Amino acid sequence: MTVKLNVEGLTKIFGRNPRAMLEKLEQGLTKDTILKEFGHTVGINQVSLEVNEGEIFVIMGLSGSGKSTLIRCLNLLNRPTAGKIMVDGEDIVKYDGKRLKAYRQHKVAMVFQHFGLFTHRKVIDNVAYGLEVRGISPAERRELAQKVIDIVGLNGWEEMYPNELSGGMQQRVGLARALATDPEILLMDEPFSALDPLIRREMQQELLDIQARLKKTIIFISHDINEAFKLGDRVAIMKDGVVEQMGTPDEILAKPKNDYIKKFVQDIDRSKILQAKNIMIRPNALVSLKDGLKVAIKEMEQAGISSIFVLDHERRLQGLVTIDDAIKALKEHKPIKDILQHTYSTTAPETYMNELIQIATETKYPIAVIDNDQKLLGIIARVTVLSNLV
Amino acid sequence: MNYFPENLRINIGKYIDQAIEWLMQNFGGIFDGISAGIIWFLRQIEILMFFVPWWAVLILIFLITWRVINAKAALAYSLMFFLVGCFGLWESMILTLSIVLSSVIFSMVIGIPLGILMAASDRFNSYTRPILDAMQTMPSFVYLIPALLLFGMGKVPAVFATMIYAIPPVMRLTDLGIRNVPKEMIEAAHSFGSSNLQTLIKIQLPQALPTIMAGINQTIMMALSMVVIASMIGARGLGLDVLQAIQHIDIGKGFEAGICIVFLAIIIDRLTQSIGARFKYPK
Ligand SMILES: Nc1ncnc2c1ncn2[C@@H]1O[C@H](COP(=O)(O)OP(=O)(O)OP(=O)(O)O)[C@@H](O)[C@H]1O
Ligand SMILES: [Mg+2]
Repeated sequence: MTVKLNVEGLTKIFGRNPRAMLEKLEQGLTKDTILKEFGHTVGINQVSLEVNEGEIFVIMGLSGSGKSTLIRCLNLLNRPTAGKIMVDGEDIVKYDGKRLKAYRQHKVAMVFQHFGLFTHRKVIDNVAYGLEVRGISPAERRELAQKVIDIVGLNGWEEMYPNELSGGMQQRVGLARALATDPEILLMDEPFSALDPLIRREMQQELLDIQARLKKTIIFISHDINEAFKLGDRVAIMKDGVVEQMGTPDEILAKPKNDYIKKFVQDIDRSKILQAKNIMIRPNALVSLKDGLKVAIKEMEQAGISSIFVLDHERRLQGLVTIDDAIKALKEHKPIKDILQHTYSTTAPETYMNELIQIATETKYPIAVIDNDQKLLGIIARVTVLSNLV
Repeated sequence: MNYFPENLRINIGKYIDQAIEWLMQNFGGIFDGISAGIIWFLRQIEILMFFVPWWAVLILIFLITWRVINAKAALAYSLMFFLVGCFGLWESMILTLSIVLSSVIFSMVIGIPLGILMAASDRFNSYTRPILDAMQTMPSFVYLIPALLLFGMGKVPAVFATMIYAIPPVMRLTDLGIRNVPKEMIEAAHSFGSSNLQTLIKIQLPQALPTIMAGINQTIMMALSMVVIASMIGARGLGLDVLQAIQHIDIGKGFEAGICIVFLAIIIDRLTQSIGARFKYPK
């Protein structure tokens, strides 16, 4: 895995003479003292982190913990007071005006909490803005903009003005605008915080879908731990301008570093984070259509189960056979095809636990996890889902 | 009796005379140049305005008003213009409009860039604000004095005085409009690598446009009121008709000229406001 972005000892202090405050920080004065006695705000203090190419890196923390300050340093909307920001091995803090412009035009794009859309421009012209600034011809930028508009599901809204759109749609424009320049790094500062819970969930899913296709390096800010753990390949938790813990959601869940993190993690609703693919198992008994009834009965017998999934030669799910039906059919010399049942439930690998619970209470067979081509990926026993509730 | 002591009198007029003389001697060429420029520009505007036949003006006013307001207003405004002609004041009105138009164009050309500068620099802003405040509280005919001193009698000082008087609103509102652009929007522009000039042209100015249009509207109205006063220093037009009527105590003629000025004010105000409203975006 290659490191895309490497932040070392990044400090940002707001006030009249931030550099003078660096010393005070080194002497061990706290953020509070510096604010009270010297009137300077420490936004972030000695933050170091690495972000890998193609991952979603979530920074989370309470209000005022310095999340925005940090992410705004990454495209130099904030000038760091000290520290390095290495992107592909180059320290962007040292960039001159021209190279900074090129960096912003080509490599990085930002999505804003309150969208930051240009209200005097139509949706399409908002999306094409980054390309326009780069000097790309109108015809070409329209074509490129149209492509991302299709990706984020804004077809048919191109000629509207941003204020004629709902919040969710507006943030799609914000996302499309950021994607239009095909940046390698996407900075998202609480992009979904201003949206209703329902729309927010939809947008989170959309982001994951888009990410699966485009594989950007995404730095995502959130103050909602459920969102952070749902989206993040890795998560950094900040407090008072300092990173408290960093790791994959599993690592943080398993080993919270201190009481502060523990408290955070308590808020997590597992059912909103765990997906079907996290809890499914490889079925220990399966039959193929061509195997016939005898094999099916033997398999069930060996595994000690009373029903079994039937696949075709490409592992596509064809149906389910119960032991009772199988024995009866064997006596009547019927082929396996005639007794296939379809009353079981299937689900996609991305389905969240909280939705699986509903399914689990309604079905009497294991839940089949299948992909878009109907291929069986795994099964989830009802007990797995329901026991997770306690 | 309470007299102010005679020997404390300062003869400021003498110094002003000297200052003007000094200005004329050392920079006379510049003022001649400005003067020639204003005259040339004014001439072009007048040629243009007199080139259009009176009935074409009526039709034009009708069509424009119909498009930006409605048919009723269109009928009313062209009727007002028609009445001006019936009063025998058509030529005066065109002369007045020429000076207004020239002054407004000069005001915009100077005022909008200065307004942008005010928005860009807090320091420039803090110097300019008190000057603008002073300019707006000063009685308008005070502007006639420097204009007269620098350019003598005629149309040029009229345009000059009108321009100085009418500049503050467009400057102020350009500044205000640009400063009111939401910060997140500017940051978004910068985050895509826009230069300051690109941000100004593509984001700040279009966003400020409705406010700037309101400034232009005010500038036009102020120019109109100033042109009437500027007739005192020799600008021909509706103002001069009023002035002459006062001198001859000719109430009827004064009334006619006065009404024409009111007509012009109404039409220009409504038209520019309605055109300005078209620059607003859905909120
Ligand atoms: N431009 C600024 N000038 C002065 N202080 C600032 C500035 N921007 C941020 N701060 C301060 O820096 C600290 C961190 O703020 P920051 O905006 O990074 O927090 P955050 O984690 O993004 O919070 P939120 O969830 O509310 O967005 C706060 O104390 C804030 O007041
Ligand atoms: Mg923030």
